[in-house]
Amino acid sequence: MDAQVLARWQFGITTVYHFFFVPVTLGTAWLVAVMETRWLRTKDVQWLRMTKFFAKLFLINFAAGVVTGIVQEFQFGMNWSEYSRFFGDIFGAPLALEALVAFFLESTFIGIWIFGWDRLSGPVHNLMIYLTALGGTLSAIFILAANSFMQNPAGATYNNGRAELVDFTMLFTNPFFIAAFTHQIPAALMVAGGLVAGVAGWKLAKVVKEAPEGTVHPDAAIWRKTAKMGAYVLLAASIAVMGSGHYQAQVGAKFQPMKLAASEGLLDTQKAAGFAIVGVYTQQRDAQGITRVTEVFSWEVPYLLSILAFNDPNAEVQGINDLTEQYLTDGHRAWDGSRNQLQEEFSSELAQLSVDPVPNVMVSFWSFRLMMGLGFVSMGIALLILWFTRKGGTPPSNNLWKYTMATLPFFPLIANSFGWILTEMGRQPWIIYGVLPTWTANSPNVSVAAVLTSMIAYTLAYGVIAVIVLKLFFTYIAKGLPDVSPPKVRTNDDAPLSFAY
Amino acid sequence: MTHEQLIFIWFLLIAVLWIGFFFLEGFDFGVAMLYPVIGKDPTERRVMINTVGPTWDGNEVWMITAGGAMFAAFPGWYATLFSGLYLPLLLVLLGLIARGVSFEYRALMPDDNWRDTFDWSATIGSFIVSLVLGIAFANMWRGMPVAGDPPHMTQGLLELFHPFGLLGGALTVMLFMVHGAVFLCLKTADSVREKANRAVKMLGPIALGLLAAFIVIGNVAYPASHNPFLGSGAGVAMWITGAISVAALGYAILMHSESGNQSRENQAFVGTGLAILMLFVTIFIKMYGTLGFVSADGSFDMNVAASTPYTLRVMSIAALIFVPIVLAYFVWSYYIFRKRISTKHMPTATNEPASATVGY
Repeated sequence: MDAQVLARWQFGITTVYHFFFVPVTLGTAWLVAVMETRWLRTKDVQWLRMTKFFAKLFLINFAAGVVTGIVQEFQFGMNWSEYSRFFGDIFGAPLALEALVAFFLESTFIGIWIFGWDRLSGPVHNLMIYLTALGGTLSAIFILAANSFMQNPAGATYNNGRAELVDFTMLFTNPFFIAAFTHQIPAALMVAGGLVAGVAGWKLAKVVKEAPEGTVHPDAAIWRKTAKMGAYVLLAASIAVMGSGHYQAQVGAKFQPMKLAASEGLLDTQKAAGFAIVGVYTQQRDAQGITRVTEVFSWEVPYLLSILAFNDPNAEVQGINDLTEQYLTDGHRAWDGSRNQLQEEFSSELAQLSVDPVPNVMVSFWSFRLMMGLGFVSMGIALLILWFTRKGGTPPSNNLWKYTMATLPFFPLIANSFGWILTEMGRQPWIIYGVLPTWTANSPNVSVAAVLTSMIAYTLAYGVIAVIVLKLFFTYIAKGLPDVSPPKVRTNDDAPLSFAY
Repeated sequence: MTHEQLIFIWFLLIAVLWIGFFFLEGFDFGVAMLYPVIGKDPTERRVMINTVGPTWDGNEVWMITAGGAMFAAFPGWYATLFSGLYLPLLLVLLGLIARGVSFEYRALMPDDNWRDTFDWSATIGSFIVSLVLGIAFANMWRGMPVAGDPPHMTQGLLELFHPFGLLGGALTVMLFMVHGAVFLCLKTADSVREKANRAVKMLGPIALGLLAAFIVIGNVAYPASHNPFLGSGAGVAMWITGAISVAALGYAILMHSESGNQSRENQAFVGTGLAILMLFVTIFIKMYGTLGFVSADGSFDMNVAASTPYTLRVMSIAALIFVPIVLAYFVWSYYIFRKRISTKHMPTATNEPASATVGY
């Protein structure tokens, strides 16, 4: 195996792993902030207990997100030096700004929030977690801007043997950025909603069962309110995700027709294209090194793909075979035959490089369907929670409910993963779409042994972290709501602190 | 502004970010490395951890920002250095992971074995990061060979561990431990403060010796005159900044009083801070232009590595707006947690959740 393939595997492993923690952090910070606000508004100490309960889960996740995130920032230079050199003039800026604008905000204010219960007044303390949440969201803005450039390299020129930035604002007006931001933020809130609803739905059934006959458990009411809160967030966010997802498919159809065709298993360009609900495809390279795809089986809903891609049941959608021929004769093109400045200027250099323009069809096709399917499942469960908890109702305390609640957070979470697997695997063979193939971009002076060593090291470290995180999650969910007394601002310097590590 | 001026500003800013990181995270590393020395008693160790608990994460962001700024302002530097120092950087990342998880999780797993394991992981992680970064920066002072187009580092991994590199590693470990001990004297009371005081007395002279040797050997064996970007004044400047660094550490040790005098402790902390600052100022002067490389074929320097004037200008505007804001809330966070802590401040339970709800 060559170092480039290993480097790709490593990026896949470390990024998918890191991204288990990202949506939880991003979404849950906002929900914990709202819980604290509800405590301050209602003076109901139950909301304070709920705040602290979910804060624990948030912080368990946050710590894992922080340490796995550092690897992300460094591995561009370590494993992808030629990518960094070629695109650093553009790609580096959002990464640096993410650290300066978002990471400082997030890390400073989370520290103040954790330790500041008895040092700040209620509203100021509450503001600290809102700023933390804002930090997470700003971080998403910058990293999505960087990634959107990889999807559609707008605002750059080819000069001095590298890509150079011509218009910084185009990083943020890139249609891929607008689509990704409006898709990712609610997708993270789906995860947070799923986490809150799942834990609270399970706890609600549990405490109601534990209460002696004829009595009402004192915590039942707050678990019910919290389960509803989570379910509503999950549902509302799902609707936003569907809307922006539709927009994202349309942007993809225009600028990344090959990715769309692969994710739909569409072989030939056609009008009134149908949407395959399920499909099986095989692919292999021909003598020229170009991938040829054959369809084994598919089951289609007529017109649906044309509607998804162009809002028109009769619209023409480009297929893999035709796009491949177009690439081989004419180079990369958007749906209307256009190219952006960087793609145009680099095209003669690109013609010297061998590129097989077809991504892995089964991975693209199925990650798309798993993403959507898991999203729909989580929406269904959210509706179920709202149904059972209506008018002070209680869900059944059987095992089916328990398992449904325990797995609920994982549905939107894994849907997030598949969304990114589609985005990144579907982008292949490009590291920057239509400009540079991935195989040219790794570090030429890093040996297979070095990449393998780091891959094993990360996998081991991440494995240990996964065990600890899951153990802590189960422990603290089982412990339930903490006993708390409302914090008072410190007046006596000799008194014990309200919180210490 | 011209491209040259922008490049100068960004070299300066990256130096500031690294130095800020070493100054701030230096005492975090030091505190964690001192757990086995000062914190044998679990409650005392807990006091130590909580002196850095609220702020360590923000301190670490200085390095992440330094890395990001290198990527944005000098993509060639970022690419060549990070791929060239692949395995050392892997060690740094693993060290940062090991210590990064330890703070939060030690509190969430109060069982003795788990807690001690996490504390050891913080100690070892901090040691590895301090050691490897010390070796790396000593090599940057010395100059690492680079050649080709695209330019890549040509030396083997083992060549990093020549005596000057190892001296640099030993120096950062010792210096951060002393800095951490002085920080503990400032932030704690009673028993921890006394023990930290003794640690300064014990370790201070060793760090001072290493620092003086490092400055002298560096300036003699790898002087500024080896760097074509530096004028004749630079050699003098490096001797002066190096001398200030040594003098500041000496002053810190001198100021360090047995009695626990607040004002002398403040001055001692300024002393160790200034020693770290001036040490890295010296190294960054030497790195000016060459970025810590020796380019055999002249193919690589900071002008080759730099981003376009446009990108540097955009980044400068962003830095001009956000750096003051960040600094303001950074200072505020230290102000909030300015009070000394001691064993009597530690809450009895490691954390507040109780297992069962009252009545059921």
